[in-house]
Amino acid sequence: MRRIGRFAAAVVCVGGLALATACGSTSTSSQAHKSGSSSSAGKSGKITKVGMAYDVGGRGDQSFNDSAARGLDKAKSQYGFTVSEQSAQNGETDAIREQRLEQLAAGGYNPVIAIGYTYAPALGKVAKKYPNTEFAIVDDSTVQLKNVADLMFTEQQSSYLVGMAAALTTKTNKVGFIGGVDNALIHKFDAGFTAGVHHINPKITVIKKYLSEPPDTSGYANPTGGKNTANGMLSQGADVIYSAAGSSGTGAIQAVHAAGKGKWAIGVDSDQYQQKALAADKSSILTSALKNVDSAVYLFLKSVQDGKPLSGTQRFNLTNNGVGYATSGNFLTSAVQTKLKAAEQDIISGKITVPTTP
Amino acid sequence: MNANTKPPAAAERPAKGLGKGLGKGIDREKLLLAVAAPVLALIATMVITAIVLLCSGKEPFGALRVMGTYLGYSDYQVNTLNQATTYYLGALAVAFGFRMKLFNIGVDGQYRIGAFFAAVAGGAVNLPAVLEIPMIMVVSMACAGLWAGIAGWLKVTRGVSEVITSIMLNAVAGSVIAYLLNPKRLALAVGNDVRTPKIPDSGHFFSFNLAGGQLWGFIIIAALVGIGFHLLLNRTRFGFDLRATGRSESAALASGVNVKRMVVVSMLVSGALAGLIGMPQLLNSSYQYSVDFPAGIGFTCIGIALVGRNNPVGIAFAALLFAFLDTVANPLQFNGYQVELVPVIEGTIVVCVVGTYEVVRRYGLRRQQSRVGEQLGRTGPTATDTAKGVAA
Repeated sequence: MRRIGRFAAAVVCVGGLALATACGSTSTSSQAHKSGSSSSAGKSGKITKVGMAYDVGGRGDQSFNDSAARGLDKAKSQYGFTVSEQSAQNGETDAIREQRLEQLAAGGYNPVIAIGYTYAPALGKVAKKYPNTEFAIVDDSTVQLKNVADLMFTEQQSSYLVGMAAALTTKTNKVGFIGGVDNALIHKFDAGFTAGVHHINPKITVIKKYLSEPPDTSGYANPTGGKNTANGMLSQGADVIYSAAGSSGTGAIQAVHAAGKGKWAIGVDSDQYQQKALAADKSSILTSALKNVDSAVYLFLKSVQDGKPLSGTQRFNLTNNGVGYATSGNFLTSAVQTKLKAAEQDIISGKITVPTTP
Repeated sequence: MNANTKPPAAAERPAKGLGKGLGKGIDREKLLLAVAAPVLALIATMVITAIVLLCSGKEPFGALRVMGTYLGYSDYQVNTLNQATTYYLGALAVAFGFRMKLFNIGVDGQYRIGAFFAAVAGGAVNLPAVLEIPMIMVVSMACAGLWAGIAGWLKVTRGVSEVITSIMLNAVAGSVIAYLLNPKRLALAVGNDVRTPKIPDSGHFFSFNLAGGQLWGFIIIAALVGIGFHLLLNRTRFGFDLRATGRSESAALASGVNVKRMVVVSMLVSGALAGLIGMPQLLNSSYQYSVDFPAGIGFTCIGIALVGRNNPVGIAFAALLFAFLDTVANPLQFNGYQVELVPVIEGTIVVCVVGTYEVVRRYGLRRQQSRVGEQLGRTGPTATDTAKGVAA
């Protein structure tokens, strides 16, 4: 009897605690109250506060997020606004992402930029709630609202070109592809790269490996895994390795560099030859498939500053320099570069259509 | 008491209230020790976190102030309760195994398998709500239960440790879902995301519309499961057998418990409970399984079960605490604290709780010994004194 009584009392305590929560004002209402105004940029433009919600890894991932950060920094140095930068964590729920975006919007940050498609459902809700705040999302076009710009990239095109470069460079006729997460986005890199390799020589083997299976996104932030995978591919005879795997790619590049001369790595998203963290390994970086998230972010911020915010799907491709390949280090011979330039023109003119699924 | 000390106070408060109301009936010292352990753990966590913050050049009280402020906001309270609902169910699943010394580390894979197939089933058929919701829940519990059952079956037939099999089954579950969650098979591609078809409206669980947002109605199911957990373990023969097996397998065997059967059944039940983890998210929020369906909850729940001492009431507090920390991670980051701060705090809590419970247990044991010794010592001499007196 006493045991039941004790348990019941405890249950009542928990229940009471739960019920007590219906009290208090919401965080957003009190924030809006504190900051006085609800947004920093009105129709007249002039940004004062920018909210940035990064994907897992955040600023400093030497890849995707850093590229976005560069665009932000460029705009910041020109327009002189203040910035709040937030990062995502592995295994988050939509509710947490929604809270993050809402916190920025309610705090008067305008525009708010979400990096990565995982923000899409959360952004859809928050953008509806804050119609006077401008939003942008990278890698997603499912949210179609007047105050949302969907920044999309044709990653398969740049991957196709570096695939050609890999095929023209390999001596062993074996190249490697390391994907961060086995999902639709990375499949675009995979498909483009493989098509580019086989465009030069269909006999070349592409050894493929994905670091993690969705919903596990750890493959984007696992340099050790990248290193081990690259070592595995090197021992199988691959001599050019392309990794589309966020910061895991740095591990792959280090492994390739450690393997010595004649082995090449291909970077992704940013021109990884220029990155300080990879300065010791840069002599092994053949080229990088560029995804100019920085210019997309910059263009979006510029449009808001000019009072004409971008809205709807914005495509960044070879035509408008949204994607491309890097030539830093001059490791691509002029013969290779000529072929790449020709292929680039063929893609732009539509003569070559690059597949998006492997 | 100022805002600085609010979060730990919230966790202590109910424990104190419990003591006040029932102090007379129960051994006061035992109760005090029971309360002392979590309180000590929280204090230790705060000290360690403060040191970590100081080392990273941040002011520790600021973090507490942020937590205190956001504890008072109704939208954060609602989010905390929603998240706690998920954590509570998960920790119960883990605790069920722990109570008979069965380490079901595979809760993570089990709930994802369950939630995935439940989402597929829910998206495929459109029944009236009274059938649709139970159908989705049953599918999830059955799939998750069977997935856990594999580990149980391997343990009794082949003697393979369930720790190994269940954790490996997590990886297998991930691959199975990755294979099936494909536009060519059971899912649809939506932009860069891949999702199962949406569950029709009849499969949406009700929620409470509060000032702070939507409080998931599934919290009621979670509470009922907690009560059921308590009754099953403490009021039934099965529960007695389960706890007996946990205490001593050989003793249970000697008293006629079929230990092998208990292992398989417990694994099935633990897995079925794990099948409920994804349900609040699926039936109250996302209505579909997508690539970004929350993963890793199973591992968080192992920590929560440890902190809650495998007890349904303790777990409720632990789940609330962890859920609050998770939701307050955003404001902390917004106020300039590293995004890694919350995982550091959560990990520290688990370590401190395990540590302090052991310290308090040993202290209690020593107290008991010395008290018994004292009583023996006192009755001894008095007896001889009277004997002497009589003799004199």
